[in-house]
Amino acid sequence: MSTTVPTYHQLDLDAEGFLQKPEQWNEDIAREIAAENGIALTDAHWKVVRFMRDRFLSTGNAPTIRTLGKESGVSVKELYLLFPKAPAKLAAKIGGIPKPHGCI
Amino acid sequence: MATTIVPEAAGRAADAVEAPPIQKVSIVVSHGSLEGIYPALIMANGARMEGIEANLFFTFFGMDAVHRKNQERVHVATVGNPALHLPSLIGVLPGMSTLATRRMQHEMEKLDIPPIPEFIQLVADSGARLFACKASVDMFHWAKDDFVDAIEDIITVGQFYEMAAGGQIIFT
Repeated sequence: MSTTVPTYHQLDLDAEGFLQKPEQWNEDIAREIAAENGIALTDAHWKVVRFMRDRFLSTGNAPTIRTLGKESGVSVKELYLLFPKAPAKLAAKIGGIPKPHGCI
Repeated sequence: MATTIVPEAAGRAADAVEAPPIQKVSIVVSHGSLEGIYPALIMANGARMEGIEANLFFTFFGMDAVHRKNQERVHVATVGNPALHLPSLIGVLPGMSTLATRRMQHEMEKLDIPPIPEFIQLVADSGARLFACKASVDMFHWAKDDFVDAIEDIITVGQFYEMAAGGQIIFT
């Protein structure tokens, strides 16, 4: 009997669908979350998602929209085009990290 | 660190009557002090980050936030500001306002809150729309050129209400 790889909804999620355990994340999961939010991941999306995830894993906090715009390599304007409506929240969700709690 | 949500409290919130989400906010910025301007910018940026449409309408001294020359000089009010817990007589001393402003800017930088000129550009890039109030512009004898590029137009209060239709209006 082969073991099946868990899909997104089999993982530990909060009520809004954010991963509770970032270590359960992989790139297929990211694609699945993105698709559910109407996004087909391009290189630019990956740049943001990886930046978001790496920054969270190294500091324990999700970066602000200001930091995303300055350091992810994608401008604030582009962020809103890539991740419609809520760029920081969507990138965090796709990157498999908990929902950002900052005000900025 | 991140706050943990108590499951019970979350359950109670879910039981409450579901209100429709806010779709649009129009924020009037009327004060030209640091503490008058920042809350409006934080609320506008926060709205955009939640996918809420945001308009900013700068009027009276609030226009300093988007005035090319004045936006660099916005200060904390050290007189008539009881929450500073500083006697007004000390607040009037030369340099007090600069000192208070610098301290506050330092604290904000630690939270990754940008200085006003950068913050104005950030909210504009986020898709918020920024306007200056015609009556105030006329009163100050300013023109469109006096404002930063993020200011889309100078509009009347009537136009503001049209734009705000169907959303929430916040006055700061």
